[in-house]
Amino acid sequence: MAGGADLTIAEARDALAKGEVSARELAGAQIAAVEAARPLNAFITETPDQALEMAEASDARRRAGEAGLLEGIPLAIKDLFCTEGVPTTAGSHILDGFTPPYESTVTANLWRNGAVMLGKTNLDEFAMGSSNTTSYHGAVESPWRRPGDNRPLVPGGSSGGSAAAVAARAAPGATGTDTGGSIRQPAAFCGIVGMKPTYGRCSRWGVVAFASSLDQPGPLTRTVRDAAIMLGAMAGHDPKDSTSVDTPVPDYEAALSGDIRGLKIGIPKEYRLDGTPPEIEALWQQGIDWLRHAGAEIRDISLPHTSYALPAYYIIAPAEASSNLARYDGVRYGLRVPGADLTEMYENTRGEGFGAEVKRRVLIGTYVLSAGYYDAYYNKARRVRSLILRDFTEAFETVDAILTPTAPSEAFAVGEKMDDPIAMYLNDVFTVPASLAGLPAISVPAGLGASGLPLGLHLIGRAFDEETLFRTAGVLEAAAGFDAVPQFVADGR
Amino acid sequence: MTDANGGLIKGKTGDWEMVIGLEVHAQVTSQSKLFSGAATAFGAAPNSQVSLVDAAMPGMLPVINGHSVEQAVKTGLALNAEINLTSVFERKNYFYPDLPQGYQISQYLQPIVGEGTIELDLPDGATKRVGIERLHMEQDAGKSLHDQHPTMTYVDLNRAGVTLMEIVSKPDMGSAEEAAAFVAKLRAIMRYLGTCDGNMEEGSLRCDVNLSMRRPGAALGTRTETKNVNSIRFVKQAIEYEARRQVQVLEDGGEIVQETRLFDADKGVTRAMRSKEEAHDYRYFPDPDLLPLELDPDWVAALRRALPELPDAKKARFVSDFGLSAYDASILAAERETAEFYESVVEGRDPKLAANWVIGEYFGALNRSGAEPSEAPVDAAKLGGLLDLIADGTISGRIAKEVFEAMWESGQDATAIVAEKGLKQISDSGAIEAIVARIIADNPKQTEDFKSGNDKVIGWFVGQVMKASQGKANPGLVNKILRDKLS
Amino acid sequence: MAVDRATVARIAKLARIRLPEQDLDPLAGELSNILTWIEQLSELDTEGVAPMTSVVAVALPKRADEVTDGGYPAKVVGNAPESAHDFFAVPKVVE
Repeated sequence: MAGGADLTIAEARDALAKGEVSARELAGAQIAAVEAARPLNAFITETPDQALEMAEASDARRRAGEAGLLEGIPLAIKDLFCTEGVPTTAGSHILDGFTPPYESTVTANLWRNGAVMLGKTNLDEFAMGSSNTTSYHGAVESPWRRPGDNRPLVPGGSSGGSAAAVAARAAPGATGTDTGGSIRQPAAFCGIVGMKPTYGRCSRWGVVAFASSLDQPGPLTRTVRDAAIMLGAMAGHDPKDSTSVDTPVPDYEAALSGDIRGLKIGIPKEYRLDGTPPEIEALWQQGIDWLRHAGAEIRDISLPHTSYALPAYYIIAPAEASSNLARYDGVRYGLRVPGADLTEMYENTRGEGFGAEVKRRVLIGTYVLSAGYYDAYYNKARRVRSLILRDFTEAFETVDAILTPTAPSEAFAVGEKMDDPIAMYLNDVFTVPASLAGLPAISVPAGLGASGLPLGLHLIGRAFDEETLFRTAGVLEAAAGFDAVPQFVADGR
Repeated sequence: MTDANGGLIKGKTGDWEMVIGLEVHAQVTSQSKLFSGAATAFGAAPNSQVSLVDAAMPGMLPVINGHSVEQAVKTGLALNAEINLTSVFERKNYFYPDLPQGYQISQYLQPIVGEGTIELDLPDGATKRVGIERLHMEQDAGKSLHDQHPTMTYVDLNRAGVTLMEIVSKPDMGSAEEAAAFVAKLRAIMRYLGTCDGNMEEGSLRCDVNLSMRRPGAALGTRTETKNVNSIRFVKQAIEYEARRQVQVLEDGGEIVQETRLFDADKGVTRAMRSKEEAHDYRYFPDPDLLPLELDPDWVAALRRALPELPDAKKARFVSDFGLSAYDASILAAERETAEFYESVVEGRDPKLAANWVIGEYFGALNRSGAEPSEAPVDAAKLGGLLDLIADGTISGRIAKEVFEAMWESGQDATAIVAEKGLKQISDSGAIEAIVARIIADNPKQTEDFKSGNDKVIGWFVGQVMKASQGKANPGLVNKILRDKLS
Repeated sequence: MAVDRATVARIAKLARIRLPEQDLDPLAGELSNILTWIEQLSELDTEGVAPMTSVVAVALPKRADEVTDGGYPAKVVGNAPESAHDFFAVPKVVE
């Protein structure tokens, strides 16, 4: 483990403020950690020179008495966020050579708040996946291994690179995007915190679009406090995004009072699934106990349409994606594969440029929108989505937050679950409903599973009530006292 | 050559009727585009009026231009149409290099404007009411240039994202004349409103012509669509050609293929598009980057109240208030600027005199010089001044034409020119009598001619008197005095 | 719902994605499985339920009509695989 690269964001912020370490030193330590983490393939592009430049500028600002919310904090950025002058791939061959002449709003917010960019992290291609095995730039390995087992494990996806980087201490924090669980599930697999804010909380401008009505940027960090700090800097209204909501960004850190007495926590019975490993059921029960012990009131609730969420998601997301990915055609940026005529150029470019999972989803999406099927599939799915939102709206009349497991299993080995796409889709069974309803949700590392791998607990909140989520997550985090360290870090590889 | 029977075509085996519907794409007058802040001006350097959103770069998102919405609603109101307080933007998905997103943001199931009507002014003075099916908003595409390079097509996205209103008529037109009248009236209305400049040479207005043929009274035939016809003249030509082509096919026992065609302006023919156009499956779905557009009914009502007087109302008022013929009223009301010009000139003056002068001399000079009314050297006040000099007898109508020409050239007002050139009409009977007496005395033969019954000679005498007076003699008086003296 | 290889080929054409011959049958199988799984939605009675347009319950924000963007053709074509004189260049299209 590279020295100095073990501080959380909050600890680093303190150390920087006290002058115990400079931004440049911190950046230097993280740059070394990023290098050391190369066997995990968590980064597609490392930006050490830029990191040092930004760190020096940060130190200069601090000397001048200015300090933003994340002043001098090194962060890793999921390679789905367009970063000006830095290659952005979305994990795809089709964006080979693409260097955006613009900065996404969320990353611009981070840099404006003084953060430092370590590099662009790996991801499932176009954010489509739950394992980070579909990237053109190779699979990401989790820094976790099953004790006594050498097989590489998946970090989860699609924000697998970000999760692995944070878990491996290569970065104290990373950005991700969550469409059906792509921040929360990898956070659970990697034993870290991952948060998907309310839809409309963070701007999507400059984030490569997968499913427009579902995509939401969010933080991956080691602690709940860090996630609150990062979200505070990432969030905010953006007039360039018509779906961005104009509501003030509260001080999320201030919500971490540790006091949840009287809070009502809902336990939805439909999340009790046959086939869920018993230790996950047990951890869920453990979570209930922790919250009750902290003074919360536990209530059984019903979200009756839960089982239809995944199939509805796998109609809506691919449909929107099939349209969002039409712009990757070899005309204006990225890969162009020549053809005898224009149509062949399109077909060759997209045939070669897209990987198998992306092709599958674009084809499904094209199919469900095509003539004759629109009502049966896409419109039907939108109606089901209304019912799922209604389930939550009714539940939130009687509870303030909902507790479920994050994922139906521990991390699996790279190469497993590859035969059947549906098996892969089922990874998101607990995370997808909150995505469809646009509600904020957070995963907190809570324990280890039968194979000694991390398990997460998942909290869903009311729209724009991230504060209650952070407060409750903080209590869970404290109760769980999760301090397991991935083998990659422990072994100092 | 043309359908002289008002749209009926006489084929080999009998009469055929045309059924015509038009889809007009009108570029909305605005500074910036529908969903991006890039400029919309015509003729800019390639890709210089293109934002990252227009170029469909990864992660880009649309934000709607409020003014474009207002322009569409105003146009709908002027078409007596239903304004839909809730409308939805949908994506129309297809691939083409001038469509960078791979979809066009348009409106499908819930357009901003519903059914309306438009009155056509036909050449013989008749009017015909035609239905409007709907009006919706959508993005314009960029431009593909196929003739700049032997093997490459060049793409310019300056036009991509400009606001278009697509106005769809009901298939209520039955002749090329009616179709032309539809486009002309729609164009006039939008120019009145300032919602579209109707500049067809610059592509502000493009027409798709849907045409089918049928026996009178029979069921509708299969229609073809001829796209992107960009002048009223070409609309008529395309219809005339396509109607005849379809009749020929049908009378030869063939079937009309439902297809998209292009109009070849050089040859005056329509032809099927060369690329094998598979039936387009546009996979419309509501654009998830945009929320439904909700209009405040009070805002719509305020727009309705603030509409300017439109061509039909203006024409009717010119007929009823000023006693103008329907024909003259049509001409004056065709363009808002000239209608308002006439209204300035006519104030306190003889409407028919004013109409004759505006339509005749003034429009004539305007056309010859190619100027816009706002640039013309003779403004409403100056023209009015000239008419006043005619009305009070200072100059004759004939002399006034000379004065007008001089006004146009110099920019001076009528009084100054009349004074400068000494063009005041001679209305002094004594002076005219003197000239008449002299002409009669000098021309005994013609005098004899007239007295022996050849009344037409008076015209010659009048000419002589006018010549002798440099055209300034009051023609009315000259006639009277001549007749007096010659009897 | 089973989709056959002809359907897969047609959809791929619509999506402008070249699929090698040997992929058509396996893909037809995969897509059929996914579609069958998705079809469980038809069990649900959604009579009278409005399709959700957006989770965001706000009005569509409008922009003032001002020129605030564009004017950077080099940036616009800068990433293009082929361009000429500030135009994008593609294989010639015949209409």
